[in-house]
Amino acid sequence: MIQPVREPPLLVVEGLSVHLARAAGRGPLVEDLSLEVDVERVALVGESGSGKSLTARALLGLLPPGLRSEARRLEFAGRDLRACSPRDWAALRGASLALVLQDPRHALNPVLSVGQQLDEILRLHGRLPRARRRERIAEMLEAVGLPPSARLLAAYPHQLSGGMGQRAMIAMMLINGPRLLIADEPTSALDAELREQVLELITTLVATRRMGLLLISHDLQSVARHCERVLIMYRGRIVDRCAAAELARATHPYTQTLWSCRPSGSTYGKPLPTLDRDAIDASLGR
Amino acid sequence: MSSGYGLPLVALARGLLTMLTTLACLLLVTFALSSLSPIDPALRALGDHASAGSYAEMRHRLGLDAPWPQRFARYAGRLLHGDLGVSESTGQPVADDLRHVFPATFELATIAMLVSCALGVALGVLSAWRPGGLLDGVVRIISLAGSSLPAFWLGLVALYVFYARLHWAGGPGRLDDAYEYTLDLDSGFVLLDTWRSGVPGAFANAWAHLALPVLVLAAYAIGQVTRMTRAALLGEAGKEYVTLARAKGAGPGRIILHHLLPNTRGLILTVLALTYASLLEGAVLVETVFAWPGVGRYLTTALFAADTAAILGATLVIGCCFVVINGLTDALVRALDPRLR
Amino acid sequence: MRFPAWQSTGWQSAARRSPAAMIGAVIIALSLALAVAAPWLAPYAPNQPELGQRLEAPSAAHLLGTDGLGRDVLSRLLYGARPTLALVALVAAGMVPIGLAAGIVAGYYGGWLERALMGLTNIVMAFPRLILALAFVGLLGPGLINAALALSLTSWPAYARLARAETRTLRRSDYLAAAEMQGMVGSRLLWGHVLPACVPGMQVRLALDLAGIVLAAAALGFLGLGVQPPTAEWGLMIAEGSKVVFDQWWLAAIPGAAIFTLAIAFNLLADGLRDLGDPARA
Repeated sequence: MIQPVREPPLLVVEGLSVHLARAAGRGPLVEDLSLEVDVERVALVGESGSGKSLTARALLGLLPPGLRSEARRLEFAGRDLRACSPRDWAALRGASLALVLQDPRHALNPVLSVGQQLDEILRLHGRLPRARRRERIAEMLEAVGLPPSARLLAAYPHQLSGGMGQRAMIAMMLINGPRLLIADEPTSALDAELREQVLELITTLVATRRMGLLLISHDLQSVARHCERVLIMYRGRIVDRCAAAELARATHPYTQTLWSCRPSGSTYGKPLPTLDRDAIDASLGR
Repeated sequence: MSSGYGLPLVALARGLLTMLTTLACLLLVTFALSSLSPIDPALRALGDHASAGSYAEMRHRLGLDAPWPQRFARYAGRLLHGDLGVSESTGQPVADDLRHVFPATFELATIAMLVSCALGVALGVLSAWRPGGLLDGVVRIISLAGSSLPAFWLGLVALYVFYARLHWAGGPGRLDDAYEYTLDLDSGFVLLDTWRSGVPGAFANAWAHLALPVLVLAAYAIGQVTRMTRAALLGEAGKEYVTLARAKGAGPGRIILHHLLPNTRGLILTVLALTYASLLEGAVLVETVFAWPGVGRYLTTALFAADTAAILGATLVIGCCFVVINGLTDALVRALDPRLR
Repeated sequence: MRFPAWQSTGWQSAARRSPAAMIGAVIIALSLALAVAAPWLAPYAPNQPELGQRLEAPSAAHLLGTDGLGRDVLSRLLYGARPTLALVALVAAGMVPIGLAAGIVAGYYGGWLERALMGLTNIVMAFPRLILALAFVGLLGPGLINAALALSLTSWPAYARLARAETRTLRRSDYLAAAEMQGMVGSRLLWGHVLPACVPGMQVRLALDLAGIVLAAAALGFLGLGVQPPTAEWGLMIAEGSKVVFDQWWLAAIPGAAIFTLAIAFNLLADGLRDLGDPARA
């Protein structure tokens, strides 16, 4: 009997660590991190300084100068990313791998119009004629809920509202049909009411295009509604892994505290739980 | 975001007002210098042996006994009519003299500007490509040296090495004597005139004489432009949109040309304009060393001869160029940044 | 209050982290020492003409040769450091206090005073520094004092701007409010608290400006507008040497090299201070 060949998972990471190039006695910023993402929605949650943004950057080879990363395994669709040359990376990023950042006002080039920036990523990874490019851009804008108008295409990033800018960024990064999207706190800079909308947009697009999603956030409740699996990060390490549906029954003290420390109707009148960091550190062996 | 015409006009008007105020202050400063100068124009006109009576009469005739606001008003009035006084060395109206010599300086400074722009920005880009690398180190040394060399000394050394010893470049002056006295230099721009004259070898000779002064003048400017370009590019390179651009798959070349440089346009343009202004200052020394018949040499000759009117006239002209360049740069920078529109 | 990294960690670690700053500082200190010790170090008197030994090439008796009047070049070089360094010191002593005063007053009191002072700053900033210095000295008489005055009066704006920015930040901070509540007002507050905060930010600017002043001093000397002959001065020596540059090239080359070295020292110091003050690059 012929066994069907299983496609390798989209992203496989084993033993990833990120540290300062000149160590100067400081410990690693991300330590021994392992995760897998397939065609599913995975969330990476942690407080500020837990190393989640650095992890996202390290996965795409976009660490700032002064930081180094290593991993026992780092594979995308079976391909060893550690062996990639800068040229290989440039071919992968924007075409197969996508990144969405937090604040469109800073993440989009201030002196290029929205249309030019969308066009740029198309031209970097293909040779479509201009008419076809315009069609693709219009399609993509509609898919993210933006009007494909000339006025929008000619607008500059500072002229867009937060929500529109974020949708433009999503359109830009998904237009080439990547397999994996890494979203680094995509809604943290938005108003509360917009957050749900944009997260909905991202998860819908990811589902319809059969992509993998690694969603990075500090808001556990929010990602629980949109993702299937959750990874909890603390001080550079993953301390708990859990299905989103089971978060309310989590056993790890850190996860429990994160889950229950949000003020709501049920916590009214009661003191909110706080973290016992010494206990957590002890459990991590520090 | 407003897209009407109101905002830019107001900004323009304000910029113009600032420029005019600065020019007025420049007038005040030159007037003050001439008033405080121990050089006495009445004495100069009459000589040492005049009687007290004719001295007083001369002072009255020159308007020197009036209160200073009145004298300043008269000074400003004459200036606005284009009367810069008469040079004591040449006997000609200073305004005419300056009109004569200004094109030579303009030509020299502009070509030096183009050279420094091109080389400076290119070196700055190369240096920022791989910061901390070998190329970066070499470029930084070059720019450091360029900013520390006295221009007139560099000129002397260059003349000695490239003209006296190696005979690669032309010597002092704008043309060899053979051409200097046979050609009609109407426009004042040596390149234009030699080109139009059709005399064989004249155009090439003009370039041979231009080469050294341009390079010497540009040396300092290249140092500044390279440094500033590098700093501007590295400053932008840490920003988020650069990370996203790399995430789009853009290579280093594309990042520098299409993302970093356009965002540092304002900064680099400011540096370039300020460099143009400093080139005018550098021209004073370089022209002296190379016997280049421009405003700079006119000024130094006037300084040696204590020719008051000429000194003030040349200072005013160069000062005005400075002020205008600064003002225009401000306006240009504001016009180019979509965020400020 | 910002303190640059080197002030809190000491000379040795600063030197290790920025060799450029160390080299620059050493050269400047050496030049000062040589200038001060010139009377003891110079083998001959600097202004002693020996017409029988004119334009000699470097030899054992005269390590750097003799000039057009038979004077020893080495001795003139050592003494020539004095006018240049004196001018640098005078200009620094002029432009920094004026700039600081204007900037601090503007930033502290605000309102129309700030607008007026900043307007004045912008105007003076737009003037051509060297040209005005030339005109100043040309019309009011050559010499060290006039040159220093001219250069200071056109160079203070940059410091005013820096000081005003720093003062404005402080003005809004709690630090000054706390001091005011302790009863400190007016000038005591300004000199005791605001002034020290402005100083660190100016170091890089000062070093850069001083490099420019060295070159400006040389230019003035070259044009005969600085100290007058027969006093030894580097720019003046270059002017004298330029007349014989095609034969006795060293007469113009050597003082030029000295100017170049001093200017580079200040530029290196500026670069080094900038790197040290920036924690990201240190």
